[in-house]
Parts: sequence; structure tokens; C-alpha cells
Amino acid sequence: MSATETGSAATGKSGDRTGAEPAWKRVADDQMRRGAFRRTLPVWGAAFVVLMIMPLLFSSAVGVTIMNQMGISIVFALSYNMLLGQGGMLSFGHAVYFGLGGFLSVHVMNYVEYDGWWLPLPLLPFVGGLFGLAFAVPIGSFSTRRAGTVFAMISLGVGELVAACSIIFVAFFGGEEGVSGDRTMGPPVFGSEFLSEVEVYYLIAGIVLVAALFMYLFSRTPAGRMANAVRDNEERAEFVGYSQRYVRFVSFCASGFFAGMAGGLFAINYEILTEENLNLVTSGWVLLMAFIGGVGFFVGPIVGAIVLTLLQTVLSNHTELWQLYVGILFVLTVMYAPRGLTGLVAMHGPALRTGRLGILARAYGAAVVPLLAFLAGVVLLLEMGNVANQSVVGESEAHVFGLTLDVSTVAPWLVALALAAGGGYALVRLAPRLRDAFARATGQAGAAS
Amino acid sequence: MTVTRRAAFAATLGFALAVSAGAQAADPIKIAFIDPLSGPFATTGESGLRSFEFAAETLVNQKGGVLDGRMFEIVPLDNQISPKESLIQLKRAISDGINYVVQGNSSGVANALTDAIEKHNKRNPDQRVLFLNYSAVDPALTNEKCNFWHFRFDANADIKMDALTDAIAENQDIKKVYIIGQDYSFGKAVADAAVKMLGEKRPDIEIVGNELHPIGKVKDFTPYATKIKASGAQAVITGNWGADMVGLGKAIIEAGVDAPIYTYYGAHDGITATFGELGEGIIRSVREGSLNPPTPEFKALNDGFKAKYPDNDINQPRIFNTVAMLAMAIEKAGTTDPVKVAYALEGMEYDTIMGGKVWMRPSDHQAIQDVHISVHTNKDIVVDADNSGYGLKDEKTVTMAGKDSPTSCEMERPDA
Amino acid sequence: MVELVIFSLLNGLVTGLLLFMLSSGLTLIFSMMGVLNFAHASFYMLGAYFAYTISTYVGFWPGLIVAPLLVGLAGALVERYGLRHVHRHGHVAELIFTFGLAFLIEEIVQFFWGKATKDYSAPELLQFPLFTLYGQNFPAYKAFMILISVGIFIGLFTVLSRTRVGLIIQAAITHPHTVSNLGHNVPLVFMGVFGVGSALAGLAGVIAGPALGTFPGMAFVLGSIVFVVIVVGGLGSLPGAFVASLLIGWLQTFAIALDWSVSDLLDILGISFDSEHVLRDLWTLSLPQVAPILPYILLVLILIFRPRGLMGKRET
Repeated sequence: MSATETGSAATGKSGDRTGAEPAWKRVADDQMRRGAFRRTLPVWGAAFVVLMIMPLLFSSAVGVTIMNQMGISIVFALSYNMLLGQGGMLSFGHAVYFGLGGFLSVHVMNYVEYDGWWLPLPLLPFVGGLFGLAFAVPIGSFSTRRAGTVFAMISLGVGELVAACSIIFVAFFGGEEGVSGDRTMGPPVFGSEFLSEVEVYYLIAGIVLVAALFMYLFSRTPAGRMANAVRDNEERAEFVGYSQRYVRFVSFCASGFFAGMAGGLFAINYEILTEENLNLVTSGWVLLMAFIGGVGFFVGPIVGAIVLTLLQTVLSNHTELWQLYVGILFVLTVMYAPRGLTGLVAMHGPALRTGRLGILARAYGAAVVPLLAFLAGVVLLLEMGNVANQSVVGESEAHVFGLTLDVSTVAPWLVALALAAGGGYALVRLAPRLRDAFARATGQAGAAS
Repeated sequence: MTVTRRAAFAATLGFALAVSAGAQAADPIKIAFIDPLSGPFATTGESGLRSFEFAAETLVNQKGGVLDGRMFEIVPLDNQISPKESLIQLKRAISDGINYVVQGNSSGVANALTDAIEKHNKRNPDQRVLFLNYSAVDPALTNEKCNFWHFRFDANADIKMDALTDAIAENQDIKKVYIIGQDYSFGKAVADAAVKMLGEKRPDIEIVGNELHPIGKVKDFTPYATKIKASGAQAVITGNWGADMVGLGKAIIEAGVDAPIYTYYGAHDGITATFGELGEGIIRSVREGSLNPPTPEFKALNDGFKAKYPDNDINQPRIFNTVAMLAMAIEKAGTTDPVKVAYALEGMEYDTIMGGKVWMRPSDHQAIQDVHISVHTNKDIVVDADNSGYGLKDEKTVTMAGKDSPTSCEMERPDA
Repeated sequence: MVELVIFSLLNGLVTGLLLFMLSSGLTLIFSMMGVLNFAHASFYMLGAYFAYTISTYVGFWPGLIVAPLLVGLAGALVERYGLRHVHRHGHVAELIFTFGLAFLIEEIVQFFWGKATKDYSAPELLQFPLFTLYGQNFPAYKAFMILISVGIFIGLFTVLSRTRVGLIIQAAITHPHTVSNLGHNVPLVFMGVFGVGSALAGLAGVIAGPALGTFPGMAFVLGSIVFVVIVVGGLGSLPGAFVASLLIGWLQTFAIALDWSVSDLLDILGISFDSEHVLRDLWTLSLPQVAPILPYILLVLILIFRPRGLMGKRET
């Protein structure tokens, strides 16, 4: 499913420029639409099965809650990647469309409850999507004129504006306490009133699948393919006959629609929308999800949404430093794995295809112990340092990995330091061998030396 | 490839959930503490958590627990002061079989929680939850938004304003008052109550300014201070808290406004230390729980607390009332069943450690207690704040404040 | 009214000059390297925290010198080992990197200094009202802030226009390729400029910490306003940044000082409105209420109608 991966400036050989537009389009469309999509059909089927059996595997209330949140994040992060990954537009204000879609969904929910509107709950996310779209159209009309820094700055300005308005316009946004509703007041769907979390899970899972499918199909349409081309080289894309601005505008609107849909899902799951749903923090968070997952791949944001949701909900219960870990993870990703976690996996593709994964497995095997030692050492140091910085008398115990360590004694510090330093040193020593193994496995042995 | 990746994810999730659900002990009575423990408001959350843990330890567990030896266990759950995270943590608490939730920071979160708990209790009658609100003072929570499951242990914003305006009304020198607050439900509630009550008690007082500023977004309060000074105000009323309180207070004092500043949250958590000498005799706080002069019992309690947490203060005495009253209610009900405990809490009277009584008013579940106006000073301070030598000394006490205050609450009561 | 105007002018000047100290460094960095440094305000925060820690040992004054130097060093290291690494992935990657850095620095600050507001205050020497006008005090520390900012402005201007380094920098702003073709060590210049820019931000933090509070959110509060300043002023234009800083400083102070509201306007026009109407929030909107969003409205308008900013030469 890594078919969307596109190297920079890979499009636009000289033939494209001179070739007539319809011919170029026809070739591209046929290839992309029929071939690629058909090949991914089994993947969609598998995704469907996995989504259906997940609540059976994780039936605890917390498990379902976390999966619901993941579903919402997945749609949101995918919609963000329509901008950043596929269109090259870095947005610092994407939560605006998510939040506005969500706020309107809650209001509609209340109209259903109090004013007798007829709307089955599964349609609510589409209402949210339309509202996200309704806002994306006017804002996109001026903000997509340019990509790059200008776009990023406008998105930041619009994001701050809307977030500030949410405090001022209490009638719509409900002020600081937000707007809440009750999802169970609509007409029952297949006998379900969505009282339980699991029913909501199946609704979210269904919408996630539909939304992801449509977003994938969008990336296969001429508009979606052109978004890639515009991202890679604006001029060349214009030569093909597309207005870069128009292409960006279309992507932007579609992205706003799906973000609004995610907002609608949020409204269904939490039954409350507040200012934080459209502020800068949420906008930054979706950037983190998409980027850590990998913006160059369609599945990247899905991976990112899953990983970050887990960090946010599970890790945060074990350490108060979880945001520090997320920050470190993010900066490391930007520096050393700009194609994200998915990219890390995908770069082993060539080795897998040539059956030389074994070479790598041996090299990795040697690195596992030092790596774990290094990570354990660093985490121990951070956690113990955090306890030592706190000012609780008689509470000098750090709880890490199920261990209880007394930070007022020297021994744990020495152990942690030894682990970190020893592991780190071994990793540095192993690095050339790893690089060599990687080059051999992916068949770049000659080129590497 | 996708399939294997999803399988790997499933394994991770399974592991994570197993870890989080692993440590379950059967016996203790668990109380979920849902408040910020990370992010910008973590200081307040942590200080509340320490008070709760200390209260559970000293008031319940060291005395042998309740119901023949069941201990209280505080389960801290970080909500990052976000309504969304609070609801996730609420679900976590429920799936852990917890029946009691305490929360205090931000009325926005409290509104979300009370709403979610009411829905949950309606949808899952076999696993109900009580919400013990120890600090969120938006009057709506015990008025139009009240429900049977919510109990508030702090005096609400209107009750506090009643006491505060009494103090202003007694001072005949004050003719001009400036009201400034954060632009959200609580700030507005404070402003509305101030205007209304001052109008009733002292129609001759002129409100020379009634201003709302954006919450948490103001870098520099000097322009506001300039305006306050120019208005000739002889007293300032503010509901500001956190950084907004520090910034506003410092700017007003530095601009040379020589008028008392009446606050809701003008002390502790670093604020008292920051005002220090500047705030002497100027900053006044309206609050429950008398700190200075302390009762001997409270002095002993505070000494024990400071020995354990030297950098924190007991700045929310109501936390101790919450824990003690919950323990009493469970004993009285003879069970931990939330409905029975709630009925036991209704109408309960409790003699507090700080002196004075608390009465849980049945009609709206608002705790009625003494409210004090205290001044920021370093004279006659036994229990100081932020180890600064400065602290709050009572100037005026309203006994059982707001006992007969009206409420619009109409709650549905379940069968006991 | 006169006192309100005078003090608003002074307060706006203090805010504006502070913004200029931040935006000048950011502008220099952007001009040279094309990087919009999202973490710039984080260096400002580091400055305040370093100075706070130094002040607890040796007092305020050594911190005024040492803290900015430390921040500058940190900035140079970030450029050398972080930004340069990301540079090959393009400007969007650089922007994302600095965004992540801002996130990380806030967490690191909380790790070392905790989450509470730090009691970092002005030196005793400057804790007196400089003058009193209409009964209102003007603190000496504010005057000190103005003095330092103006000093930096003059110093920066002199360096840029009178020294050899300044000439190279100026040339690199307009013709970066030519400069590197002439044999100047551009990477070293980059590192230096990034370090100096960070140090300026750090200095701003040192002097702003006591006035505006030293807490982990201080970078976040100021961060996006600095962006507004340099975009409105025109990317890469120092005079533009100066004008825009003062403009935004005064815009914010006067918006708070003047109690104009939509309902006043409606009264003048003789229009009445229903206080229960859905749009009631719009009718009662007042200038102080919208003060904090005015810069962003300005930002969006400028980007739409004059993308090169007030005094910029090239498009954003």
C-alpha cells in the first residue's frame, strides 16, 4: 500500500511537458485508478476484518475508549496528510476545520434532541464534513494562492483567529465550557441507540473505513495526482496545464471536509466540543501524528495516529514525562527519519523483495541488546532525575519498568549511567556494521563504499 | 505488510492494556482524582493531589479505614485540564470499578464531567459514579446544571461574592470599584454577581470599569493597570487565577494603584511568594477554611503536611472536608453503593479541622460553610504560604455563608 | 484621557521594543538562511530561565551578560547539529524541525525548572517608580527595558552598516549565492547568525522575565506574535521589523485602553439590537476584548493584500 510514495520531483520528464494533456491524463488515470486500486482491494478487506474483530480482542471499556479515539485521530491525521504529504502545504491551523465541524455536529445533535430534527447518527459526521468544507472554501480561496511559508503563516493566523473567536462568540462555541449534546436522542439505527461504547466503536470504525477509502481514492484521482505534482514542482505542473493554485484549493477543500468529518466523530464519541478542539495545540498535535507516522505514505498518518494516541492515553498514566518523550521522538524523527515510522519500515522493502532480509536480521539482532540497554538507561536517568527534581521529602522513589528505585542512593544512578553509556558506546561501535549490512541487503553494496 | 503491522499494533495495545489493568487490588475504596498533572496547570493539580493523599492517609487510613478496615486509595488520573482527556480518564476509572470521582480545576472540566456522569449513570444503572467537586465554583453546577450525583465542597462563586461585597459595603471610603476578570463562564459569573450585589448593598458605589480579558493570553497587564489607575478605582475585584492573577496583581501594584484588590485565588501556588512585600495589606482573598489564626488541630495537621511536602501548602482545606465527609457517609450508609452514600451525604453536618461547620445542603448539594475574607500579610502569620513568611490572615468571617441563598436546582432522585 | 494616552504610548513602546529584540534576531536568521525559526521564542524563554538560575546565585546583573551568551551558544549548537542536518530536506522540513524544537524546549524547561512560575524579579536597584504622572507610577525597570532595547537597536544597526561582518551579512541577505561564491564560509556565518539571533532572543528573555513572568508557557504566549511582526514588517527587513514591532505594541495597548465597542457604534448610528439574538456576542464586542486577536487579523490581511509586508522587498 506504499504506492503513494513519491520521490521529490519524480514527475515531469520532458515527455510530459510536450505531451497533450488528455493523453497524459488518460495514461495516468488508467494506471492509477484501475490497476493500483484493484491491487489494494485485499488490504481494504483485511482492514475491514481487523476493525470488526478488534472489540472482541480488546473488550475492556478502556480498550474501546482508546480505539474510538484512535479512529477519530486516524481520519483527522489522514485529512491533514492531504495537505502536507500529498499537497506540500504545511498547516498550523488544521484543527479549525476539525473543531468547526465538531461544534456544528453537536449543535445538530441538540436540534435532533430538542427540535425534533430527523437525522440518524451515522450521518452526523457527513454533516460535520460539509461544515468543515463550508469553512475551507472561503479560507482556501485566499490561503492556497501560495504554498510553503506563506501558506503556513496564513494557516497560523487563521488558526489563532478562530481559536480566539471561540472564546468571544459564546452563543456558538459555548465559551470555555464548550457545547455538549446527547447522541442517543436520534432515531435508532438497526435497533441501536448508541448507548454503549462498543456500538459507537462500530459506527466510528465504519466511518473510518469509508473516509479512508474515499481519501485513498481521492489521491488516485487526477486532482490528487496533480497535488503531488504541484508539491514537487509547481512550474512543471503548470506546464501540464493545471493551475497550481486550483489544484491546491481542491486538496484543501477536500481536506477540510474530512477534518470536519473527524470533528463529527469526535462529537459523537465525546458528546462535547470545547475551545481546545480548534486551538493551536490540537493543530500541532495532528502535525505530530502525521509526521511521526510518515507523510510520504498513505498509511503513514494511520500509524502516527495509533502510536501517538497510545502514547497519550497509556504512557501518560505511567509517567508524567510522556510529553518529553513525545518531543524527543518528534525531533529525532524530523532529523533522522524524515519519512516517519512508516518510512523506517518501508526502507526494508528492497531487502524483502530480494530475500536478503536475513543479512539485516543478524545485524539487527546484534544491536538489540545495546539498543535496549541504551534506551533503558536514558529512561531511567530521566525518570530518576524527575523524581530528584521534585521536592517531596521522604519520597525519593522512582517507579520505572515496575521497579522501585531510591534516587537518594548512588547505585541506581550508576547502573542507569552504565546502561546508557555502555549501550550508547556499543551502538556507536556497531553502527558501521549495521550500515554495511543495510547496504548489502538492499543491494547498494558497491555504491555505499 | 499492512496486516503484519496491524498485528504488531494489536500486540502493543494488548500489552499496554494488560499493564494498565494489571495492578488491581480488591479491598481498598478507590477514589479517582481527575485533574491536571502535566502541562501548565500541573502545579495546582499536584498540590491538590498531595492534599488528597495526605487527607486519606491521616483522616481515614491511620484511623483504621472505613467499614471495618477498608482503606482509601487515591488514584491519580491526569486530565491535562482538557474536558476530552477528563472523559477518557472517567471511563478508565469506571472500567477500574471506581465509584467516586474527585475533580476541582476548571469549571469547564467540571461541567463536562457532571454531564458525562449523569449520562453514564442513566445508561449504566448498575455501575454508578459520584462526583465530588472540591474546587470548581461556577454557580451553574448547583443551579441549572445540578444533578443528584454532583456534590460541591467549595463555596460557589455567588456565595463568595456575597461575602466579598459585604466586606466592601462595610468600608464607607470605597466609592468606586473596578471589576476585571477572565473572559469565560467563571469570570463572567463573578462580574455579574459583583454588579448585582454591589447594586443592592451599596447603590452609591460607582462601577468604574467592568472588564473581561482573554484567559491565559495576556502577556502584559500594564495597559489594564493603566486603565484601572486612570479610572480612580478605590477597590478592584477579580476572579483571576494562575498566571493571570500574578500578572494583573503585579501590574496594578506597580502602577501605584493604592486600593485593595479583592481576589478569589490571590494566594498560594507561588502567587503569595511572587507578591511578597508588594502585596502587603493590598491583596485580599475570599475563601473557605481559616488558615490564620489556625486551630491547634489544623496547626498540627499542617505541620505534618509540611514535614512531608515542604514546598506545598494546605491551600484547599475543603479537600480535607471532602475526604472526611465521604468517609462519614460511607460509614453511615454501611456500604459503598453510590446511591446510598449520596443519600447519606445529603444534609450531613461536619465539624471541620479548621473550625466551623460544613453542611451539605440537600436541595442543590452545595456545601454551606464559613467564608472568610483574608488579607495578604506577614504579621501574625502562623501558617504561611510558599514558605515566604507571608500568608493569609482572616479579616472578616461570614458564618455559614449563603445558607439561605436561592437555587434553581431541581434534581431527579433515584430510588434508594 | 491624557494620562491614558501618555501611559499607553509608554507601555506600547516597552512591548514594541521587546518584540523588536525578538523579531530582529528572527529576521536576521530568516534573511540569511530562509528559515522561519518557530523555536525563536523558546530561546527567549531559555534566556529568562538561565538568568533566573544565575540570579539566585550571583544576582541579576551577571545574568544580563552570561545568560544571553549561554543561549547564543545553545542556538549555535542547535544550528550546527540540528538545523544543518535537516536543511537538505528543504524549508518545510526546517519549519517542522523548529516547531518540534519549540515543543521539546518547553518540556526540557519543565523537566529542569518545574511547572510553577519562577520568582525572578527585577534587581533592587531598579525597584522604584522612575516618575509619577497624574498619580500613576512608571517603574524604573520599564525604562531600563527601553534603554537596553534601544541600545541593541543602535548596536545592531552599527554592526550591520559599519563593519565588515555586517557588510557580508547584508550582502548575504540580498545575494546569498554570490557571497558564498566569493569564498566566504557561509556555514560558519549561518552558525554565527543563528547564535547571535538566539542570543538576542535570550537577552529579551532576561529583561522580560521579571516584567512578564517566568513560566513554561511564556514562549507559547509570545511565539506567534513574533511571527506576526516579521511577516507584517516584511520578511527579511530589519527596519520593517522595527516599525511592525512598535505598530503591534501600540495596537495592543491602545486597543485595551480604549473602551470602544460595537454597541457604541450602533448607538451612534441609532440602531438597536435584541439582547437575546444569536449574534448578540457580535453586537456587544468591545475593543479590549478583541485586542489579542488584532495582530492575527493584521497578519491575515497583510498576507492576502501585501504579501511582502510593509517594508519587505521580496515576497514571502
